[in-house]
Amino acid sequence: MQTSENLLWLIALPLFSSAILLLAGKRANSWGHIMGTIVSASTFTIGIIEFFAMQSRSEENRAVTQKIFTWISVGSFNVDASLLLDQLSICFVLLITGVGTLIHVYSIAYMSHDLDRRRFFAYLNLFIASMLLLVLGDSYLNLYVGWEGVGLASYLLIGFWNEKPAYATAAKKAFVANRVGDVGLSLAIMISFATFGDVSFSGMKDGVDQASSTQLTAIGLMLLLAACGKSAQFPLQSWLGDAMAGPTPVSALIHAATMVTAGVYLITRSNFVFDAAPIAQLMVLIVGGVTLLFGAIIGMAKDDIKKALAASTMSQIGYMILATGLGPIGYAFAIMHLLTHGFFKASMFLGAGSVMHGMKDEVNMRKYGGIGKFMPITFLTFGLGYLAIIGVPPFAGFYSKDKIIETALNEGGIKGLILGSATLLGAMITAFYMTRVVILTFFGNERWGHKDEPHESPALMLIPIGLLSVGSVASGYLLYKGDWLVHWLEPVVNPLKVHHKELLPPIVVSIMAVAVVLVGVSVAILKYRGEQPDKAPERVSVFTRAARKDLFQDNFNEAAFMRPGQSVVKNLLNIDHLIIDGMVRAVGSVSLSAGNKLRVVQNGYVRSYALLMVVGALALIATIWLITA
Amino acid sequence: MSLLTLVGALPLVGAALMYFIPSKNIELVKKFALLVTTLVAVASIFLAIGFDKSVTSMQFTQSNSWISAFNINFAVGLDGISLVLILLSTILVPIVVLATWHESDGGRWSVKTFYVLILILETMMIGVFAATDLFLFYVFFEAMLIPVYFLIGGYGSANRSAAAIKFLLYSLFGGLLMLASIIGVYVISGNQIGATFDLTQLATLEIDNQTENFLFLGFFIAFAIKAPLWPFHTWLPDAAKSATPGTSVLLLGVLDKVGTYGMIRFCIELFPDASKTFTPLIITLAVISIIYGAFMAIGQKDIKGLIAFTSISHFGFITMGIFAMTTQGMSGSNLYMVNHGFSTAALFLIAGWMMARRNSSIISDFGGLQRVTPVMAWSFFIAGLSGLALPGLASFVSEFLVLVGTYTRYPVAAIIGTLGIILAALYILIPIQKTLHGPVTPGNEKMTDLNLREKIAIAPVIAIIVVMGFYPKPVLDLINPTSEKVVTNAGFTDPVAEVNK
Repeated sequence: MQTSENLLWLIALPLFSSAILLLAGKRANSWGHIMGTIVSASTFTIGIIEFFAMQSRSEENRAVTQKIFTWISVGSFNVDASLLLDQLSICFVLLITGVGTLIHVYSIAYMSHDLDRRRFFAYLNLFIASMLLLVLGDSYLNLYVGWEGVGLASYLLIGFWNEKPAYATAAKKAFVANRVGDVGLSLAIMISFATFGDVSFSGMKDGVDQASSTQLTAIGLMLLLAACGKSAQFPLQSWLGDAMAGPTPVSALIHAATMVTAGVYLITRSNFVFDAAPIAQLMVLIVGGVTLLFGAIIGMAKDDIKKALAASTMSQIGYMILATGLGPIGYAFAIMHLLTHGFFKASMFLGAGSVMHGMKDEVNMRKYGGIGKFMPITFLTFGLGYLAIIGVPPFAGFYSKDKIIETALNEGGIKGLILGSATLLGAMITAFYMTRVVILTFFGNERWGHKDEPHESPALMLIPIGLLSVGSVASGYLLYKGDWLVHWLEPVVNPLKVHHKELLPPIVVSIMAVAVVLVGVSVAILKYRGEQPDKAPERVSVFTRAARKDLFQDNFNEAAFMRPGQSVVKNLLNIDHLIIDGMVRAVGSVSLSAGNKLRVVQNGYVRSYALLMVVGALALIATIWLITA
Repeated sequence: MSLLTLVGALPLVGAALMYFIPSKNIELVKKFALLVTTLVAVASIFLAIGFDKSVTSMQFTQSNSWISAFNINFAVGLDGISLVLILLSTILVPIVVLATWHESDGGRWSVKTFYVLILILETMMIGVFAATDLFLFYVFFEAMLIPVYFLIGGYGSANRSAAAIKFLLYSLFGGLLMLASIIGVYVISGNQIGATFDLTQLATLEIDNQTENFLFLGFFIAFAIKAPLWPFHTWLPDAAKSATPGTSVLLLGVLDKVGTYGMIRFCIELFPDASKTFTPLIITLAVISIIYGAFMAIGQKDIKGLIAFTSISHFGFITMGIFAMTTQGMSGSNLYMVNHGFSTAALFLIAGWMMARRNSSIISDFGGLQRVTPVMAWSFFIAGLSGLALPGLASFVSEFLVLVGTYTRYPVAAIIGTLGIILAALYILIPIQKTLHGPVTPGNEKMTDLNLREKIAIAPVIAIIVVMGFYPKPVLDLINPTSEKVVTNAGFTDPVAEVNK
């Protein structure tokens, strides 16, 4: 495999920039955001250069590596700090650095009133470095460093305004939920080492034919657990809604476009494991299917615009995870949806940020209404994102989602029926809740509760949104045309290895997909046309109430983990004091007179201890003498 | 005379020279202590430079007859494991001296006495890791208790007397059991190869199973108290709560390592068969320690108690890795001893500064410190991340090696141990949130940030934590050959991966 000396810079530049911004402190206030943005743009430039260099090489020579140093080497456990840039990771590099740079630019304006803007850019750079390490590491252990690195960046950014206790708690919750997933990744690496004697992707791929299916299934399930944590999939999804406490650019970059999709990357990267572990693959399908509906249902009831979009993210990633469970061709479609989603969801989140910017940081859509005419550009770009996510042809989401629905249906039998129905139902609900968001925000009566008219955001914010909307419009077709992405990824995930039979002609699937979207849109228009109250209706169905409470995810976690955990802690504290230490004290009080005499004896006690030592040593010598004599 | 002996004697010489410094000149006493301990650190680095990594036998050896009637020798030497622990000790002591400049000011005895005790303790710490004669080890092992006892009892906070006695009683109990075993081993050597305390020779003894089990237990219980392992742990939180932060750093960072070091050097090297017999029991206790310590840490209201219980959890990891009897587990545990030393030093020193400023060790008395004292808050945060073994920081490498090394032989223990990483996130991030985040708690508004002395003291610790996370190779290179030797001599080979390439 060819080597490249550029890869390290991708990680080192933003990492150093982050360190400089943190160490420089207030001195960097005037230039911190500029440096952060320039560094991010430089990584994007390197990404572009690497992409074109890769494209110009023949298919078998496209991947490049760079060994940096020997990281850990103990016995047969050898892990190099080594990077791998192949057809899969370059997709992520471009997404991360491209969307990342646009969001840096946007943040210059969005965070301009924040006294800690410099620190914000330090965290953003730290995130870029970690995320690039995550997708460039050539082994699971290197990936793990990036994996927890993005977790740290996410923790810092969710808690960016952690003077508010609720925000600090949200940050902690995200980290802990991710740690549950990290247990999965840790165990996957341990099982991999025990099975393959190796934790690098290439080494494991070579040995996969000789590994037992039990081990492969265990690795697959543990990787899935990891993916659930990072990608907010059922049952570890509960942190994502709270993560909206972070500034909106963070929600767009980390909690929509890139970090939360790391689980999809992990499963796709581990395709050789899942292809050989049908049980794990089935679990992937179940998790994806459940989450895509779970997120969609929550999204129907949210009045907080960011939380509605977060629920939507959860649901869209559910689509991607489901796709990765559909075998070789599914990986390619998962990545395709991941890329298009990166554009349209980031664009909509930044649009939401723009609305908040013009609406005094209000996030409750019940207090919006009629904003479209005041913020025409935001309205237009959000509208393009909307058309993309619900899957209206020829916008980006149509191509990527349609392919997933088609592949799901083509599974055939009961499985195909269930998966196909889930994806179609999800598409219908998506159309409903996104139409609801657009109507409540941009149309209808003005419910702001104050007289100040919303103002359009500055150009520094609108330009990045505009560029992302171009992606919302065009990226789907570009990736789909001539099966470009499928062929591009062929050497990594072998999407063409298995020939899929077509149970339904593609055009029929597309018509079905568009039909359910129209149903969803129509229902939403019927329900939300006309005057809307500025408060959420209270007399609602049990169903709506459950969705508003996130289908009781927090209540479940509290009952199942938090309260039992607290009671374990409480009981252990008592056991430790009363029983374990109590026994020690009982022994102690025999040899010591208790209570206030302690003080008097203690100096004498040391003397007697010193004496005892001498006696002990003498006894030792005496014994030895007796025996040897 | 070996360089090792010189390094070990240097602090003692410094303690003696203290005699010539007037007690009233406190600043001079402190500066002299800092000078001596820094010189020791520098000298010990020459040990590392002169150490030949390709040799697994003892280096820098010296052996002089001490009590010839019983063939007791002043015998010292270094292998990879003892070298890194000596380096840990000698690097931490000057940092502790500098970091806790005013710690001894209000003590029961004079400031000079405090630093004399610290210097004596340093000699003993080096001696205990360097001794290659069983009797000499025992002398250092027991004598070490005395300066620690006075450091806790004379300079600690509330309840210091009771805590100091508890510490002493526990140690006394363990020491006596070990003494009995030492006599036993000596007697057996007399019957087989001629009476000796030489470790290399003792390792060749043929001991019948039952006797070996008893002898093993004598050593093991002493070390399990020292380490400490559940259920022998209850002295540690009390001692840590009552000792000064500097003493606590030496107690948790270095002295407790004598326990885990002893498990390798004596339990496994002298009694490999008994080690095998007791491994299931010990692994179980280790796993209980990991989880129990973590849950207890979550429940602590006192910041010192919190750090003590996190250490009990970490000692569980170290013990588990040792008795997994794989090269990864053994090297991981050795590295963990070093990393835990620095990581705990960072936590305890910064916590000590926070407590001194607020005059309280209750976690809920702090709050919003990131706004008031950003440098202190950031340092505490990084130390905390090291405590939860974030990849990229030192603890991660060792913790992962322990887990992966344990998994290949005892998968269930490793799986339960891995659950500890969730609890670690809780026991670190809960107090981080309570102390650093949220609104500023009343009483903290005027708190001052770290001064230059404190920054200089903490900077090398944080640098080590970061560098060792990315580049642990220099230390692993020192440790690996010895670890492999220990595992091989105990009669174990690493489990082979399922896939043969």
